[in-house]
Amino acid sequence: MNAEWLDIGPVDQLPALGARTLPVQGGEEIAIFRTANGSVYALVNKCPHKHGPLSQGIVHDTTVTCPLHNWRISLITGEALGEDEGCVPVIPVKIDGGRILIGRAAALAGVM
Amino acid sequence: MMSNKPHLIVIGNGMAGCRAVEEILARDGDTFRISIFGAEPRVNYNRIMLSPLLAGEKSFEDIIINGHDWYQDNQIDLVSGDPVVAVDRANKTITAASGRVEHYDKLLIATGSDPFIIPVPGHKLPGVITFRDMDDVGAMLEAANRGGDAVVIGGGLLGLEAAHGLSLRGMKVTVIHLMPTLMERQLDEAAGWLLKSALESRGQTILTGADTAEIYGDGKVEGVRLKDGRDIPATIVVMAVGIRPNTKLAKETGLAVGRGIQVDDDMVTSDADILAVGECVEHDGNVYGLVAPLWDMCRSLAAGLVAEPNGYRGSVTSTKLKVAGLDVFSAGDFSGGEGCEDIVLRDATRGVYKRVIVKDDRLVGAVLYGDTADGNWYFDLLKKEEDVSSIRDALIFGQAFASGGGLSANPIEAVAGMADDAEVCGCNGVTKGQVMACIGGGATSLDAVRAGCKASASCGSCTGLVENILAFAMGDDYAGERENKPMCKCTSFTHEDVRKAIIDKELKVIPQVMQALSWSTPDGCSSCRPALNYYLLCAWPGEHEEDPQSRFVNERMHANIQKDGTYSVVPRMWGGVTTPNELRAIADAADKYNARMVKVTGGQRLDLFGIKKEDLPSIWADLNAAGMVSGHAYGKALRTVKTCVGSEWCRFGTQDSTGLGIKLEHMTWGSWMPHKFKIAVSGCPRNCAEATIKDFGVICVDSGYELLIGGNGGIHLRGTDLLCKVSTEQEAMDYCAAFIQLYREEARYLDRTAPWVERVGLDYVKQRIVEDATGREALRSRFLYAQSFLQIDPWAERAAGKEAHLHQHIAEIRPFAVVGGH
Repeated sequence: MNAEWLDIGPVDQLPALGARTLPVQGGEEIAIFRTANGSVYALVNKCPHKHGPLSQGIVHDTTVTCPLHNWRISLITGEALGEDEGCVPVIPVKIDGGRILIGRAAALAGVM
Repeated sequence: MMSNKPHLIVIGNGMAGCRAVEEILARDGDTFRISIFGAEPRVNYNRIMLSPLLAGEKSFEDIIINGHDWYQDNQIDLVSGDPVVAVDRANKTITAASGRVEHYDKLLIATGSDPFIIPVPGHKLPGVITFRDMDDVGAMLEAANRGGDAVVIGGGLLGLEAAHGLSLRGMKVTVIHLMPTLMERQLDEAAGWLLKSALESRGQTILTGADTAEIYGDGKVEGVRLKDGRDIPATIVVMAVGIRPNTKLAKETGLAVGRGIQVDDDMVTSDADILAVGECVEHDGNVYGLVAPLWDMCRSLAAGLVAEPNGYRGSVTSTKLKVAGLDVFSAGDFSGGEGCEDIVLRDATRGVYKRVIVKDDRLVGAVLYGDTADGNWYFDLLKKEEDVSSIRDALIFGQAFASGGGLSANPIEAVAGMADDAEVCGCNGVTKGQVMACIGGGATSLDAVRAGCKASASCGSCTGLVENILAFAMGDDYAGERENKPMCKCTSFTHEDVRKAIIDKELKVIPQVMQALSWSTPDGCSSCRPALNYYLLCAWPGEHEEDPQSRFVNERMHANIQKDGTYSVVPRMWGGVTTPNELRAIADAADKYNARMVKVTGGQRLDLFGIKKEDLPSIWADLNAAGMVSGHAYGKALRTVKTCVGSEWCRFGTQDSTGLGIKLEHMTWGSWMPHKFKIAVSGCPRNCAEATIKDFGVICVDSGYELLIGGNGGIHLRGTDLLCKVSTEQEAMDYCAAFIQLYREEARYLDRTAPWVERVGLDYVKQRIVEDATGREALRSRFLYAQSFLQIDPWAERAAGKEAHLHQHIAEIRPFAVVGGH
C-alpha cells in the first residue's frame, strides 16, 4: 500500500472520452475522466453551476460539457470555461503501470 | 462597327486577364469596348481550384469565376478556343488562329505561364501530361478511371496536389522529387518532413533526392527509371516540375522580353499601347508564379489605364495552402543566417509545427504546418515590418495570445483591429477595406459579399472572417448566416456540407469525418459529436457502430436525467393504450425502486421519477418482464403516438384512430431522428389527440385521412400544415414513413420538423412526398430498411448486461470508517 495513492482499478475500465465514478465518504462522488489521448483526470462529480453529474457529460479534448446546462468545465483546472464562472475541486489522479491511482486523502476523507 | 469607343483586346482568358478587366470595369465601365481572346474553349475559371476539381471536391461550375452572363452584362466579346497567333504593331491588329483579324487601340497580354517539361528521354510518350488546365485534369481523370500506377514528377505544390487528387481517385501514386525535402521553396526541412510523413501515411510513395533518368514505354508510358537504377511502373506520368512565363507571342511581336515580358510600374511593355500582366511578366527583375501578386498587378494596371496611376511596387509573397488537405503556410525568408532568431513551436499530438524568424526585432519569415490560422497575421507583420519586440515572447502562440487574449474572446474586436489593407481572402486577393466597401455598397449577407467582391468565394477558408467583418460593419443589423452556418466551432462546413461529404467520401466513423473534413479540434465538441453520430447512423444504417461517448447523457443512459442526477423512466404504451397487467408492473416497479413521483405525461404514458443510475438495468428488466419496452422518452427519436378513442367508442369517431396510432407506433418506434418526433391521430376534426401541433398528425374524416406536418407545441407554437389527404390507412402509413425519412435525411441535427418545414417550404415537402410517387416509395423503403436495424429494445440489451459499466461505479471504498481510520 502506498501512503499517498489509492489503486482503484485498471485504466481500461475507463472508456476513452468517457468517465466513471467513485463514491466517497459523505455521499459525494469523484468523477474520473479519460481523454482521447489516454490522459486521466479527476474532479468532484458536481458541476459548479447546478451540481450536474459531470461524469455523464460529453468529454472532448481536456474539457467536459455538463449534461444539465452545457457548461464546459476544464478537466485540468476544474474551472468553468467561456462566459461561465465557477470551479469544481480537482482530485489528484495518475496512471501507474496501467492502474488508476487516486489521491488517498481525497478519496478517503471525502471531498468537501 | 459596334461602337466608337477605343477597343481593348485582351489576349488570355485566364485569371490575370479577366481580373484586369474586372479592375478596369470597377473604375470606369465606359472607356473601352473590350474583347477577350482565350485559347481554352470555355469561360474564365479559377486555375488554383483545379486541384479540388481533380480531387472531386468541386465541379467545373464551382470554379467558374465569370460565367457567360458576366461577359454579356459587361458587353465583352469573348472569343474562346481561338488563340491569338500574331500581333501587327504597326497596324495595331491581331490575328487569331482562325484567321480572324481585329484592330486594337490598347492590347493587354495575359498569356500566363507554361508548364516546364524536363526533356528526359520519353517525355513525349502518350501518357505524359502536365497539370495546368481543364484538359490536363480531364486527361488525369481518364487515366484514374482506368486505375493503376501513377508517377508524379515534382514535389512542389502542383505535383503534390496532382498526387493527392490521383490518390483520392484510386491510383497508386509515387512522387519523384529531385530535392531532399518536399516544397523546399515554401517549407523548411522540418515542415517538409512532416508533410512527407503525412502523405506517406495516406498511402503515397514519396521519393526525395530522386532524379529521373528516363520515361520508358512502347508507344505509351509504362514507367519511369531513376538515375540510381530504380524502376517505377506507371500508366501515367504527371510532369509538375515548374512553370515558366509564356512569352512566345511577345517575343515574336518584338517586345522587350527577359525572363518574362518586361513591364513598367503601370504594367506597360516596351510598346506604349501594349500592356502585360500576370505570370507572363517580369517586373523589376522579378517573375511571380503565385496568385496574390497578380491581384496587385491588375490593380496597378487598371489604375494606370483609366484612373490615377498608383505604380506597382512588386509583391512580397506568402503561400497559404491546403496541400492534400493539410494546412501549410509560408512567407518571407526562412533560410536563417546571421542575426536571425528562430522561435519554434511543435505540438506532436496535433501535428502542428510553427516557426517564425525574427531579425532586428522584425518578423522576416514564417513557416506554419498543421495550423495556419495565424498566417495572415504573421504576413501582415512581415509586410509592414512592424517592431515585434514587445510581443516577441507571445509571438509564436499567435495573434489572439500575443494581443493579450482579448481577441480570441471577441472575434469582432479582432476584426476591428485589422488594417484596411490586411488581406482577408487569399484566393481572390481581397482586403478588409474592400470587403468593408462592398458591405457599405449594400452587400448585407455572405452571399452578397461573395458576389460583390469575391471574398470567400473560392476555397471558403476565410468565411468565418468575412462573417465577422459583416457583423463588425453592420452591428445588430447583421442577421447572421443562419442558412449557411458552420456546424459548430470545430469546422467551417455546414451541416449540409458534412452530410454530403459523409455520403460522397463514404465516411463511416466520427474520427474519419473529422480527419477528412479537417476538424479544427482533436475530438470535436458536445455539439458536433452527437450530430455526426446521427448523420453516420442515418447514412449507413446497416453498418453504423454506435459511439456511446457521442450521445447526450439521456440517449447514452436510455433514461431522462433530472436536476438531481437521478433518472426518469417511461415505458412505451402503444397508442396510449395500457392494460391492468402493465399498470400493476409499473406500480410494483415504482414501489421497488422508490420512484418519488409517478406522472402522467402529455404523450399518454406514465413517467417514473427519481430512479438511480445503478437501478436502471433492473427496473428495465422488471418492465420488460411485463412486456414493456423503452418509450424513448429521452431520445431524439420517435416519442409517442397520441390517439383518441376513435370509431371504436366515440359517437363522433369516423375511423379507428387508436388502431391506426398503434400501427404507426409499431412502424416508427426506435427510429433515431434529428430531434424528437411526435405523432398523433385524431378520430374526427374535433381533434382530441391534438394532432395539429405534432410533427406528423392524422385527422380522420369520413372520406379518409388528412395528413398534417410540421406542428409544434413548444416554445414557438406552430400549427401543422396540411400535406395532403389520403383515403386508406395503408397510404397514411406510407406517407408517414416517407415523410419521416425525408426529415431524417435532410433536416439538420436538432432541427424539429417545424423550423425545417419552414426553411425548405411546404411546397418542397409536397413535391417530394405527394407529387413524386417513385421518390416517396424510395424514401419509405429506406425508412423501413433503417428500421430493421433500429427496432431493438435498448432496455432489454442493457438489462442483459450490455454497457454495464455505464451503470456501475468504477470502485467502492468500504467501509469508509474503518479504512479512513487507519
